[in-house]
Amino acid sequence: MAGFLARRLLNYVVLVAVAASLAYMLAATALDPRSNYADRTPKPPPAVIDAQLTALNLNDQVPLLERYAVWAGGVLHGDLGKSVTGSPVNDDIARRAGVTFRLVLLGMIVGSVGGVLLGALAAVRQYGWFDRVSTGLSFAVLAVPVVVLANMLILFATWVNDRLGTQVFLVSGEYTGGLDTGFWGSAVDRIQHLVLPTVSLSLALVAVFSRYQRNMMLDVLGADFVRTARAKGLSRRAALTRHALRTALVPVMTYFAFTFGALLTGATFTEKIFGWHGLGEQLINSIFTNDVNTVAAIALLAAVAVLCASLASDLLHAALDPRVRAG
Amino acid sequence: MTLPEEEVAEELTPGVPGRGPRRAPSRGRVVVRRFLGSRQGAAGLAVLVVMFLLAFAGPLLSPWSYTDRDFTAFLQPPSADHWFGTLQTGADVYAVTLRGMQKSLIVGLLAALVSTALAALVGAFAGYFPGWADRTLTWVTDLLLVLPAFLILAIMSPVFGEGTWALFVLMLALFLWMVTSKIVRSMTVSLKRREFIQAARFMGVRPVTIIFRHVLPNLSSLLIVDATLNVSAAILTETSLSYFGFGIQPPDVSFGTLIADGSKTAVYAPWTFWFVAGLLVVTVLAVNLVGDALRDAFDPTSTRPR
Repeated sequence: MAGFLARRLLNYVVLVAVAASLAYMLAATALDPRSNYADRTPKPPPAVIDAQLTALNLNDQVPLLERYAVWAGGVLHGDLGKSVTGSPVNDDIARRAGVTFRLVLLGMIVGSVGGVLLGALAAVRQYGWFDRVSTGLSFAVLAVPVVVLANMLILFATWVNDRLGTQVFLVSGEYTGGLDTGFWGSAVDRIQHLVLPTVSLSLALVAVFSRYQRNMMLDVLGADFVRTARAKGLSRRAALTRHALRTALVPVMTYFAFTFGALLTGATFTEKIFGWHGLGEQLINSIFTNDVNTVAAIALLAAVAVLCASLASDLLHAALDPRVRAG
Repeated sequence: MTLPEEEVAEELTPGVPGRGPRRAPSRGRVVVRRFLGSRQGAAGLAVLVVMFLLAFAGPLLSPWSYTDRDFTAFLQPPSADHWFGTLQTGADVYAVTLRGMQKSLIVGLLAALVSTALAALVGAFAGYFPGWADRTLTWVTDLLLVLPAFLILAIMSPVFGEGTWALFVLMLALFLWMVTSKIVRSMTVSLKRREFIQAARFMGVRPVTIIFRHVLPNLSSLLIVDATLNVSAAILTETSLSYFGFGIQPPDVSFGTLIADGSKTAVYAPWTFWFVAGLLVVTVLAVNLVGDALRDAFDPTSTRPR
């Protein structure tokens, strides 16, 4: 088991290194930081632009491999380089990672718990009214892209706010700046900001997880061990929760780990639309501002997140499924 | 959706006269009957046909084309003149929306076809040829899974200028095929041990011929379902990318660019947002229903009370 994990880890590390390098090269070739200086008035002389770009390791007249070597050397020492404005990328990314993490963690918990409960309930009464309604709803939700859903939520929130005459839902940012209402006041303020982004993140997750959990549960419900559990005298509820649900959770856990890894950058649309200053928003901004080093840093983080997720899913699988540990 | 129809056409052509009427129903016919027999499959297919008709024949019904500007009506609600209202620029929402729908449908269909073909080829070759071929292909698959697709597509977006949407389709397809290819690979590995493949091998059939004539046809049900579901995935990805300006570039329009523009004016001019959003959701929903019904129709063990 340890050898298997070590080999997996080595393979993942190589993959991440290659993926991050590819992302850097792509970003460095496709994005053009020099064009940022073109619109400035007065236009700085070319020698000044060159000097600034070279200082930031962004000069497109330096060979690509040389820039890559400088960047990779920095990354190995834990330095992600400087953004186009000259500020270190590390600080910016660290602050934004916290924002994204808070948003994604809550959305993920709400989404997965809700989805698993819905799916399990639907499977227990297959083709009952609850099953049909939840299936129909999840189909409908899966057909709505996040960009549309988020905008619909904003429209809904404005409508509610207009109707009630007070600001119930706040649709932009993580908290109101300069608010002085003590701990509870700012907590309420944060929750008002948090509701809509969390809904927009977790609705799709609920739909996916409930479909997944329902299918897993249906496979398990007919299994011999559930019948055995009933035959030895367990109540229906105990047999379902202790034996069926637990077994059906194993593959869903794997899926959970992967989704969490992907969401760290996958929350891009939600963050951008709701004005949360997280990693995803920065990704879009940095592409628009030709910020090569920030783009590369986020690509690296995304790859690392997927790596951690797949490692976690391996470990979770081993923890939940005794057969994996034995083999 | 086209494949079952082709199968029907094949079934109906009088190619084999002389056989008795008590011929056992072919697999294709069974699948088509099961598919059309399910309510959601028939409904999804009908909606999709209507959507295609609307996208490609609908513009003929309206006097406005998507490039026209009505300088007497800016941001007007739906009326007899402009069925879906007008945008801030005076463009007719009906014409623009259908134009965007054409683009989104074409992009979605093509990207899905390309990505499923890629998944089938890579998966089958990796599964059939163990050793370095398998290792290399699997490694490339893993690498593309680790690369954040949205980021690469967004970085590449300056390349997608006017008229290069074919390149955009290819890039979109490049990030949709990995998971299916992993499934195809593992199914190929188990198919390779079956007698009919072994027989073909020992008769001296070339491996590539075996893959195309024996392996891939046996995975056709998986591939058809996958292609269908990829259509909706491609449409959704295209929408998200275009929303942020990373996909289809102006003056071309797609669902994504229209939704991005519409969402800005949606509060006081709801027609600029809801028609596009509604059509998008209905299209994707129909594709998903067709995919789900196809999966049930291909699966001999599924029992759905209908």
